[in-house]
Amino acid sequence: MAAVTHEAHGHHEAHGHHDHGHHEESFVSKYIFSQDHKMIGKQFLLTAVFMGLVAMLLSILFRIQLAWPGESSDFLSFFLGETWAPGGVLKEDMYLGLVTIHGTIMVFFLLTGGLSGTFSNLLIPLQLGARDMASGFLNMLSYWFFLLSSILMLVSLFVESGPAMAGWTVYPPLSALPQAVSGSGTGMTLWLFSMTIFIASSLIGSLNYIVTVLNLRTAGMKMTRMPLTIWAFFVTAVLGVLSFPVLLSAALLLVMDRLAGTSFYLSDIIVGGEMLTNHGGSPILYQHLFWFLGHPEVYIVLLPALGLSSEIIATNSRKPIFGYRAMIGSILAIGFLSFIVWGHHMFVTGMNPFIGSVFVFTTLLIAIPSAVKAFNYITTLWKGSLVLTPAMLFAVGLVSTFITGGVTGIILADSALDIMLHDTYFVVAHFHIVMGMSAVFGMFGGVYHWFPKMFGKMMNTRLGYVHFWITLVGAYGVFFPMHFVGIAGAPRRYYDYSSYGDFDTNSYEMIMDLNVIITIFAIIAAIGQVFFLFNFFYSIFRGPKAPLNPWGSNTLEWTTPVEHIHGNWPGELPTVHRWPYDYSKPGAETDFIPQNVPLADGEEEH
Amino acid sequence: MGSKLITLIVIVLGVIAIAQLVRVYELSSKLRKRGEHEISTRDNNLNAKLMLLFMFLFYAGFIYLMATYGWTGRGEAASVHGKGIDWLLNLNFIIIYAVFFFTNTLLFYFVYKYVRKAGVKAVYFSHSNKLEMIWTIIPAVVLAVIIILGLKEWNDSTSYADDEAIRIELFSKQFDWTARYAGEDNNLGHFDYKLTTDNNELALMTTQTIDSAILSMENGPTGIKAIEKKLNDRNLIFVPEDLEKMQNDLARKSRLIRLLHQMKDRHSAKIDASAWDDIIQKDTLYLCVNKKYEFNFRAKDVIHSAHFPHFRAQMNTVPGMTTRFKFTPDMTTKQMREKKKDDKFQFILLCNKICGAAHYKMKMIVVVLPQNEYKAWMKSKAKQTFRDKYFAVAAPSAPADTLAVETDTAMVAVN
Repeated sequence: MAAVTHEAHGHHEAHGHHDHGHHEESFVSKYIFSQDHKMIGKQFLLTAVFMGLVAMLLSILFRIQLAWPGESSDFLSFFLGETWAPGGVLKEDMYLGLVTIHGTIMVFFLLTGGLSGTFSNLLIPLQLGARDMASGFLNMLSYWFFLLSSILMLVSLFVESGPAMAGWTVYPPLSALPQAVSGSGTGMTLWLFSMTIFIASSLIGSLNYIVTVLNLRTAGMKMTRMPLTIWAFFVTAVLGVLSFPVLLSAALLLVMDRLAGTSFYLSDIIVGGEMLTNHGGSPILYQHLFWFLGHPEVYIVLLPALGLSSEIIATNSRKPIFGYRAMIGSILAIGFLSFIVWGHHMFVTGMNPFIGSVFVFTTLLIAIPSAVKAFNYITTLWKGSLVLTPAMLFAVGLVSTFITGGVTGIILADSALDIMLHDTYFVVAHFHIVMGMSAVFGMFGGVYHWFPKMFGKMMNTRLGYVHFWITLVGAYGVFFPMHFVGIAGAPRRYYDYSSYGDFDTNSYEMIMDLNVIITIFAIIAAIGQVFFLFNFFYSIFRGPKAPLNPWGSNTLEWTTPVEHIHGNWPGELPTVHRWPYDYSKPGAETDFIPQNVPLADGEEEH
Repeated sequence: MGSKLITLIVIVLGVIAIAQLVRVYELSSKLRKRGEHEISTRDNNLNAKLMLLFMFLFYAGFIYLMATYGWTGRGEAASVHGKGIDWLLNLNFIIIYAVFFFTNTLLFYFVYKYVRKAGVKAVYFSHSNKLEMIWTIIPAVVLAVIIILGLKEWNDSTSYADDEAIRIELFSKQFDWTARYAGEDNNLGHFDYKLTTDNNELALMTTQTIDSAILSMENGPTGIKAIEKKLNDRNLIFVPEDLEKMQNDLARKSRLIRLLHQMKDRHSAKIDASAWDDIIQKDTLYLCVNKKYEFNFRAKDVIHSAHFPHFRAQMNTVPGMTTRFKFTPDMTTKQMREKKKDDKFQFILLCNKICGAAHYKMKMIVVVLPQNEYKAWMKSKAKQTFRDKYFAVAAPSAPADTLAVETDTAMVAVN
């Protein structure tokens, strides 16, 4: 790793202050098998945006079925054809397939690979003052594994027996027995292969991030001078390294049960008229292993978004982030606690109720560091001088969704209340707002904020505003009413709620009405993304050229030239003299002082 | 096709329109020499006002939804512990409403209030231990209250049932529920999944059911002997897939039959009675108001979840293990109908864990009867115990294991 940095360093000194770095790079080594962290970040972003679009389309397809069950739809028949939507009506098992792949792609491919992959790659070296990641080659490998797993996941949508259909958590025995649901055949096999490769990608990436943060900080960049983005990426990577291997083991045991006739998760089963001989396994074991990853995964998704928004909010409030050390402390606390709360997903699985009560306690503790974060954001805004860029709007949106989705977590963490709300739409509403919306808002904020750094161009601000408002209204419009469906007790993953008409007219009417409202908002929010896509691709090619430091920001990435060069800084690496949040410091001439500016005479570090 | 074409044209035109608007906008900002990163005061103020407007609309939407749908569907809890859970839920809701309104209001209002103004500089305010202590300690105290009250409720709901509680087993499979009442002795009979046959779907364990399971496994139409006979028939040739399937089938059944014989050897006829008097009930679950119930849950194939929304009860059913949940219904179906002003209302048992294509159809009506009606119903069931039904079937039972290799179609007669 040292070799790479030295080589890059030496190279640039040889070239003097030549702005355009490596002319001799071929197209393939620059754009395809690139080992440059900035290019790899962009590759992650583009792949993730595509995967996100697919997942969003899947959600619109099944939302149409939920709002207008059994009605023929041209839209459905166009995308799913006669096989999966005969006569324009979605098939029952494909509904489950769509739900499963929507969840899988959103959680893993968009919000894990896309969010952390894009911004950790882009920002870790740039904000730390490093020439590149510790290992450029492993970094490249991480992306190509990610792409391969994405392709496998997409391929699984096209196999004859359908994609995986056991929900994104793929609980066995349903996911282990092809006789139980058609998607547990080839589709499930592909799902497992795809996820295995994804885990490899994530591990390689995370190890690289950790090593880079620990070893490649430039002179003066103490851990306590790192921007909160880096802290968030760092803890995220640690969580990934500690938890993803457990998911791999869970998946591996599932593969063995499926292919090698073992009984890790299977016991005493009769399915499709066949009496299986498996005995002694426990499906609960899978759930423990899965959620041991699954819960840290929530924070793997959320922490990078919180890190990005810390940076965006401080910059655009022209104020230091409030309680920098408390923010670091809360990131660490959340990271630690996330490992001892997984059981709250399993209160009613048949797990011993006493263990359940321990998890109630640990889970509710997480509310404390989360509250600290929320209040610190709000205090950062207080008496600021806010510049409402699109990125800032998304960051503010994130704080709102983090609160709105977070408070319902208090209800779900309470095991007694979970009895009536477990696996209902209340849960769907909760995690879509707190994890889905927050992370997506963080990601959008990040794209708008660092687009000038990524592509050297500016995105269109007005289109950004339109995009933000449609997304905020649309997404709240989708997920807020779901709470009410859930409080009524309506289970998630139901293909059709018309059967409520048989036993409860009030609930029936309410669920049907709300489902229509939710679907309409979902369609509006989806159309709103057209503004983003257009803006994104148009600006890459035709956007106005970006200035060096468009937002008046303190962090080091804005000291690098707009045109990307391999090695990031043309001359020597910058030296850091202060924390990254010296905004509007009394006595300073400008309202920001970049980290590489030495302390003035008599100036005190914060 | 026509509508698709029109849609496509509209989309293309829409994108072109946006592109044109963007270009006009760009030209105008170029004229004004303003970069994309410089947010104009007008844009800034507009967005600040929109934030405040959004906040009001958001709250209005919330209050509207709450007023219209807050209690719809959920209704009053129809069980004793459910009332406690509802009380706790309402308390928690009050707390989180307060937090939700307070923090969201601060957030949106601050964005509105502190938007950049000419000549006003941001205040350099980097930390305050006092403030941070406040928002660490207050949440901690509130959470302590929530945890203590929650755990009390949880322990009450999940503790073991009294001895006198009526035992009912709910058996789940793709895609329906079957109830088994413990009968007069209030003791659910033993079971083992290997005993499943056509007239013993719940695989109850008695001397006779073990014998019959062994018999059908060995001599039934798809039993071991039948498969062996086919495999050994020199006049039959199988396609390789079918051959493999039959061999696997045979190996599987040979393992199972060994276990069945072991079971027979260990079995004591003393426990038969507890199974014979059980009452198996499909379609509708009848309960008696104000009686304690202890439910045992079983699953035949995959995980299901027994979800009684109106009784605030839920427990997963897991293949290979028995789970349990207890509750006491305290409202009859008739009373609930009056409360909900819906004379067709029924209590319901839903499946709430994804279990296959028809997951959404897996339900069972629950009827809570007043004591006298329940007694009358029980009386009507007195002659329909497992024993009565089992011996009523005259013909010898066919095995449930129906994975018969259809050799008739697959084989080629060599003659």
